[in-house]
Amino acid sequence: MLAWTIYISFIGVLVLMLLPREAARAARIIALLTAIAGCVAAFAGAVQQPNPGEVTTIVKIPWIPAIGASYYLAADGISLVLVVLTGLAAVAGILFSWNIEKRTKEFFAFYLALIGGVYGVFLSFDVLLLFVFYELTIIPKYFLIARWGSTRKEYGAMKLALYSFVGSHLVLIGLIAAWVVARAQTGHATLDLMALSRVSFPLGFQHWVFPLVFVGFGILAGLWPFHTWAPTGHVAAPTAGSMLLAGVVMKLGAYGCLRVAMVLFPDGVRMWQNEIAALAVIGIIYGAGAALVQKDFKFVIGYSSVSHMGFVLLGLATLNTIGLSGAVLQMFSHGIIAGLLFAVVGRMVYDRTHTRDFKDLQTMQLGRLLPFAGVTFVLAGVASMGLPGFSGFVAELQVLMGAWKVFPVATILSGLGIIIGVAYILRAVQKAFYSDAGPGESGHDHPLEPISVPERIGAVMLIAASLVIGLFPGLLLNWIQPCLNSPLSMFARLLNGGGL
Amino acid sequence: MNYLEVFQLAAPEAALTLTVLLVLAVDLITLRGESIERRFQTGALVSIIGCLMAVIFTFTHYGRTDPLHGLLVVDPLANFLKLVLLILTIFTMLISVSEKFTEHVGEYLALVLLGTIGLMLLVSAEDLLMIFISLELASLSLYILTAFNKRNARSSEAALKYFLFGGMSAAFLLFGFSLLYGLSGSTHLPEIAGALKGRGLDPLLLVAIVTTVIGFGFKVAAVPFHLWAPDAYEGAPTPSAAFIASGSKVASFYILAKILTLGFAGAEGSAVWHGYVPGWTPVIAVVAALSMVLGNLTAIVQSSVKRLLAYSAIAHAGYMLLGVLANTPSSRSALLFYVITYALTVLGAFGVVTVVEEATGGDALANFAGLSRRAPGLSLCLLVFLLSLAGIPPLAGFIGKFFVFSAAAGANAGHLGLLWLVILAILMSAVSFYYYLQVLKQAYVLDAPENAPAIKVPPATMFALVLLAVLVVLLGIAPGLLLSHL
Repeated sequence: MLAWTIYISFIGVLVLMLLPREAARAARIIALLTAIAGCVAAFAGAVQQPNPGEVTTIVKIPWIPAIGASYYLAADGISLVLVVLTGLAAVAGILFSWNIEKRTKEFFAFYLALIGGVYGVFLSFDVLLLFVFYELTIIPKYFLIARWGSTRKEYGAMKLALYSFVGSHLVLIGLIAAWVVARAQTGHATLDLMALSRVSFPLGFQHWVFPLVFVGFGILAGLWPFHTWAPTGHVAAPTAGSMLLAGVVMKLGAYGCLRVAMVLFPDGVRMWQNEIAALAVIGIIYGAGAALVQKDFKFVIGYSSVSHMGFVLLGLATLNTIGLSGAVLQMFSHGIIAGLLFAVVGRMVYDRTHTRDFKDLQTMQLGRLLPFAGVTFVLAGVASMGLPGFSGFVAELQVLMGAWKVFPVATILSGLGIIIGVAYILRAVQKAFYSDAGPGESGHDHPLEPISVPERIGAVMLIAASLVIGLFPGLLLNWIQPCLNSPLSMFARLLNGGGL
Repeated sequence: MNYLEVFQLAAPEAALTLTVLLVLAVDLITLRGESIERRFQTGALVSIIGCLMAVIFTFTHYGRTDPLHGLLVVDPLANFLKLVLLILTIFTMLISVSEKFTEHVGEYLALVLLGTIGLMLLVSAEDLLMIFISLELASLSLYILTAFNKRNARSSEAALKYFLFGGMSAAFLLFGFSLLYGLSGSTHLPEIAGALKGRGLDPLLLVAIVTTVIGFGFKVAAVPFHLWAPDAYEGAPTPSAAFIASGSKVASFYILAKILTLGFAGAEGSAVWHGYVPGWTPVIAVVAALSMVLGNLTAIVQSSVKRLLAYSAIAHAGYMLLGVLANTPSSRSALLFYVITYALTVLGAFGVVTVVEEATGGDALANFAGLSRRAPGLSLCLLVFLLSLAGIPPLAGFIGKFFVFSAAAGANAGHLGLLWLVILAILMSAVSFYYYLQVLKQAYVLDAPENAPAIKVPPATMFALVLLAVLVVLLGIAPGLLLSHL
């Protein structure tokens, strides 16, 4: 069932490619149906999963026997969380790009190709296959931004594509090296993630190869100081593009860090644990600080993503169960909330006012003109601040609890990041929606187009998702924690001290 | 061994030779007054039928036969490579049919076929003399093919440059071969290796190695012997450039690897980081590193797509040399997989350039603007070819790179000695993504000039391009199809 998430998306791409150029409406509907079908498949597959603590094989057939690669799709609880997230984000993204008029079918074809690649990464348990899907997402991202984006779109798109490509090539170096060493040690070539995770790589080797792979994936997760693609990329992207970038693409990076870099080189993580935590905390504070001083509404959200992804990386660096489960939960939570924030900024505000500059927005009294947008942004904002009841709270709390045991100072510093987080959200809410500045000379004479039905559905869906997980975090933790706790799982060596 | 048996062994080459005569005769006798287009179509049809005959003959021999002491070795691998060369030739014919650059249609097609015969003999040769003769047969055909556009001064300039460089490289090669003969008393590769065994690396052998590498360095356009390539690619009629970049590359790399691993067995030396031992691998390592760096960095600033492809070809020659360098049983199939998929891809890329050039009058980057609107199918093919060259999975180019890089990294049993070269190659391949994306940006992101009409793609060319694109995708998804033959 889960594998169908991938196939459905790519079938959608093919169907869209065959459509006549003018059929914009049909393209939208096909894209939406495809995304919904993928989302349903994700949910159904996740619910059917007998035991989320174990890796359940979906399909495993030899692909390139000469190098030990197989077409190996499988899922454990962590994959399930992210697959479900992808399903939700995909549907929401389409609802918020209902107004794409320029080359509609191509837009949605690239969009679904990106989604298909993302599902593929989360379900691959063969390292080469995972890498294939990972790189497959780069091209659609580039075209979505360069063709349908706004502010400095070609620059933002190229920067994102090059950062991703360089990152994935660092990963490739590490994978080839690991493949060679594992083959020399075990006597046969394999790229199976489970088999590789049982190989004990020499400590000296892990010492240099782990940072290579971790940073390679970390670039896409917004790891400071390699995060600079994120604000420009998010701002340049069309609404659905930024929703997917923040919602799922950054998770690809974090997922790769956890599933590949950390699982393959558990001793390497321990050698670099402090450095990772330090970079994560710098990212949290720097992202929040930068968000506080932005003049462009969308840059605020762009930098806030860097800050929130810092919590994911901090959670990964804790190397204890609660920190890691917090990190995975934060991936889900941030995926939902950031998607919603970008939807408000990009679709509800920018597509109507054609400006994202706070100076102009202040004069428009959007809170009165677009009450739905205002309320949505406030809800998403408090969720992003980490108010109890929303998913962000549970996730960040777990990360901090995990971090407190290992890095008390860093934990306190990241608390500072949370406080700045409250500040920049309040500032954005005030400046964009509820300013007293009153209509200036540039006042809007023509009424704004009302918030459409697809937008309302999308917004309600995402808020509901964040609330449900905030109130019943057990729904996801029941998937995540068995994975981490099981003594037989691939994470066992990571959490139990390994050979160091 | 009588002549009839030799003739049977060389049946594919013999069939092609007869086709050459037939093409010339048909064009001369029956098509004099016809339009160039019609002459091209008929001539290409005859040539393709000849090639298909030759393809059938490549299936007739199983097992290894070497009746002429290395002059003509027929084994399954050589036969398969001949098949590949013939397929590449057929594709070259298909993308040439709509060309109008010459009135000497028969001669043009005949020279393409003669070049193919040279390359086919080359992959069957294990004897220095035969290698030299077949290489010259191929090269001389290619020089003339480069000069074929008589109306364009750049074509003649490119051909002269190519010819002068090529002549010099032939001289180097011959000098190296003569030294080898002097050292070993034989022109047969296995015998040379036997005679050189245990000799150690004396200065004379080193000179022989270096001159041989220089000679082949010209053929495969590796730095610092690459200077002819950008001009030749740009000035030559595009189908000729496609042939130079595809078929000739496959055969040259195969024979280079054969000479080095078979003829210089025992004189490998080592290019391992901090473990340098003189021999042929360090020489190749230096050439490979230079090619990857210079080719990729220079390609970034090109504005002509053909020049860009030329510099990217130099960079790819660098990656391929890693496959030569690895020198393990599995690295040979990795190298051949890379070279063959590269040839298919680059042939397709040149095919797209041919059409665009014909329709817009140039091959500058700007001529590709808005291609996705003017010719959606063509543009999709270009996307596949360039992404494969950039090494994006799941296309064939990525799998080839993975094979070659992992073979090089694993060359000495887990010691990762050549990893420095692999790291360089992977980082440079990340650079290459930038310039391929520049072309795709023109095609997919920018808009065509006002009122630019849709581009009509000749059906034969479109057929060839779609087939090539499908092959590139298929060999990426199921590399076993090709790998099992290598």
